[in-house]
Amino acid sequence: MKRRTFLQGTLASGAIAMAAGSGLLAPSGVLAAWNKGAFEAKGLSEAMKNSLGTDQVADSSDIKIKAPDIAENGAVVPVTVTSNIPGTESISIFAEQNATPLSSVFKFGKSTDGYVSTRIKMGKTSQVIAVVTAGGKQFKSQKEVKVTIGGCGG
Amino acid sequence: MAKSSIKIRAKLKGDTVTVKALIRHPMETGLRKDKKTGKMIPAKFIQTVKCESAGAMVLDADWGISISKNPYLSFKFKGAKSGDPIKLSWVDNTGKSDSTEGKIK
Repeated sequence: MKRRTFLQGTLASGAIAMAAGSGLLAPSGVLAAWNKGAFEAKGLSEAMKNSLGTDQVADSSDIKIKAPDIAENGAVVPVTVTSNIPGTESISIFAEQNATPLSSVFKFGKSTDGYVSTRIKMGKTSQVIAVVTAGGKQFKSQKEVKVTIGGCGG
Repeated sequence: MAKSSIKIRAKLKGDTVTVKALIRHPMETGLRKDKKTGKMIPAKFIQTVKCESAGAMVLDADWGISISKNPYLSFKFKGAKSGDPIKLSWVDNTGKSDSTEGKIK
């Protein structure tokens, strides 16, 4: 309740921004805080280690990545991941050549399909890697997406 | 009351609900420079997205700066009936949040 009051309070919105930015305020409450170490990791290996605990992940042909072979606009690259691995618990999407490769982690409820579709920014041509966690194990698939105009804004 | 930043469509076909959502949000990476002032535009991006339906968690997503502006999101789940409530909410790195509620059609 204290957190909610603090958030709704009119005092020092600057303090809220600062607290939220430094990770002191965890809006998700009892659930795990946003994984700063994973999202700010600068290379694929570090991003995988910080988000998955390892960068050694077996390939699986049961994970399908649908993404354009050539993305005309790197700011908006549609990526759809379908996992046919039973018991899929989460899907993480990495863009290998992005300055910070981890783009997103989708955790699923018990009745949720191993499927997600979204749009990501890609700075340049790169492998798009989808990692599925299922039954405590991890599997991956990847697809190269060529980017003609980079989308991270520089 | 402010209009919601979230447009959501949840359709039941057979035993599966397909949810499609579009969120209006700048998803600023914090890496861009304002051409007029020369200053860096501060990061403002959605960090968490949650979806629940009829009391059960359907999706709990963590996002970084690489998700596109005005993010599109689609996912599927089972075990729902037509008319069940569905709620989608997000929180960004500045602590701002929004949510919307709808019904499965």
